[in-house]
Amino acid sequence: MTNLYNNYRFLIMRRLTQVAIMILYIGGNYWGWNFIQGNLSSSSLFGTIPLSDPYAALQMFAAGAIITTNLVMGALIITVFYMLLGGRVFCSWVCPVNIITDAANYLRRKLEFNKIQKRQPASRNIRYWVLGLSLVLSYILGVTAFEFVSPISITHRAIIFGLGLGWAAMLVIFLFDLFVLKNGWCGHVCPLGAFYSSIGKIGLIRVDHNEEKCTACMECKEVCPENQVLFMVSKESLQVLDGECTNCGRCVEVCNDDALNFSIKKLLKEK
Amino acid sequence: MVTNRRKFILGTARTAGLVALGGLMWSAYVDEVTANKLILRPPGALKEEDFLSTCIKCGMCVEACPFDTLSLAKPGDNKPLGTPFFEPRDIPCYMCVDIPCVPVCPTGALDKKSVTTNNELDINISKMGVAVVDTKNCIAFWGIQCDACYRACPLLDEAIYLEYEKNERTGKHAFLKPIVDSDFCTGCGLCEHACVTKKAAITVVPSDLVIGSVGDHYIKGWDKADEKRLTNAHAQINTTKISEKSAVDSLNDMGGLLDD
Repeated sequence: MTNLYNNYRFLIMRRLTQVAIMILYIGGNYWGWNFIQGNLSSSSLFGTIPLSDPYAALQMFAAGAIITTNLVMGALIITVFYMLLGGRVFCSWVCPVNIITDAANYLRRKLEFNKIQKRQPASRNIRYWVLGLSLVLSYILGVTAFEFVSPISITHRAIIFGLGLGWAAMLVIFLFDLFVLKNGWCGHVCPLGAFYSSIGKIGLIRVDHNEEKCTACMECKEVCPENQVLFMVSKESLQVLDGECTNCGRCVEVCNDDALNFSIKKLLKEK
Repeated sequence: MVTNRRKFILGTARTAGLVALGGLMWSAYVDEVTANKLILRPPGALKEEDFLSTCIKCGMCVEACPFDTLSLAKPGDNKPLGTPFFEPRDIPCYMCVDIPCVPVCPTGALDKKSVTTNNELDINISKMGVAVVDTKNCIAFWGIQCDACYRACPLLDEAIYLEYEKNERTGKHAFLKPIVDSDFCTGCGLCEHACVTKKAAITVVPSDLVIGSVGDHYIKGWDKADEKRLTNAHAQINTTKISEKSAVDSLNDMGGLLDD
């Protein structure tokens, strides 16, 4: 039992956080709870503090919309929060799509698809191109280009305001991740993930690898959704400093050798 | 010969091709879904073009509406995804005096200024759309007495008034025809909601779609205010080769037309 808890402690906490945030939003919509209202695009905390998706704000800016102070404040609060916390905490602790893609990835491992298809046929840098393209298209079309197709928004709006045909978008992502590309959506395509990768480099919470304890079982690389960030495992004692790390903590909890742990970023270079 | 340079050029071209293809499909889709003109927005909404770039799709207006009038467009609604709209035949806008949906908007896509007179919120000046009567299928135009829309209108006798006319067919009854005054109609849709016909004979549509514009060339001479537009007007005279002389002279001038 303790072992089970140890091996899934961050996963359980992440699911609780994701579900709790969604329930608070649902309460805000249906029962008028005054804790957090709106959705992940923009919300109001305690009815006063604005919170806004900085990537959506960026698209609005590119589209030529007049940006209100309220929106700037909200986007700044969110940006600073994730900047300090570090690498894509939004993706693995808040975003509801993470539950879908994690499920696909879990099934992929259980069905041993990864053994059949060892090399992934696409680059993880596609997302940065999508990010750039979304801003260019927003500028050309004068609308927030990604917000009109975003499966993330479709999903959280479906949860908070009602489903419609939103299930189709979720299913497509699930099947894409399961059959087409390992970590396809979150790890290759999603421009919001690319955005948080870019600002998350500074973040203070980092996974730390201790090479001396490592037995090179590679369990961590097996479960990691962005396993390129774990290049140092069994080679060198380093902190995972790549912004693409989602800080999901899966590597920490599956490591039976205590070779991976959460730590605070070392700001000074050690000699 | 496979050199690094050739590899690099091919790689770059391939990426450029993929980005162009993706961009084309993406923009075509977005352009298509945002082209819907038949959509009614909450009070105070910016004009559609600006609204689409400014609305962040958070649903704060939807949550603020006490009548559940507003909803966010879901996949399958065939409307710009995630943006708020209402369908008055189902639930109209009840025109709350404190307009709860507008001040909560974080991006100003619902503009408080456009629904404010003398520093106070004023729902009566909002322009969500305008009601249009289908005179063929409105039973009041048949001569049957019905004033459902007129009674439902929150700006009764302003936005909808009744025009009385003798019914020549019976010779002893009156038509009570509902007429919409687009100067006052807010597009709340309470009339469409109240209409007794199977499919409403009075419908709210976005104002842009049906409201015309006369242009500068016509002036209401009987209207003092409109007449004022003439005070600083001045004629612009074009002189061409034939208009140098007076018209009669010009016509009588046979020079060059007849043989000598």
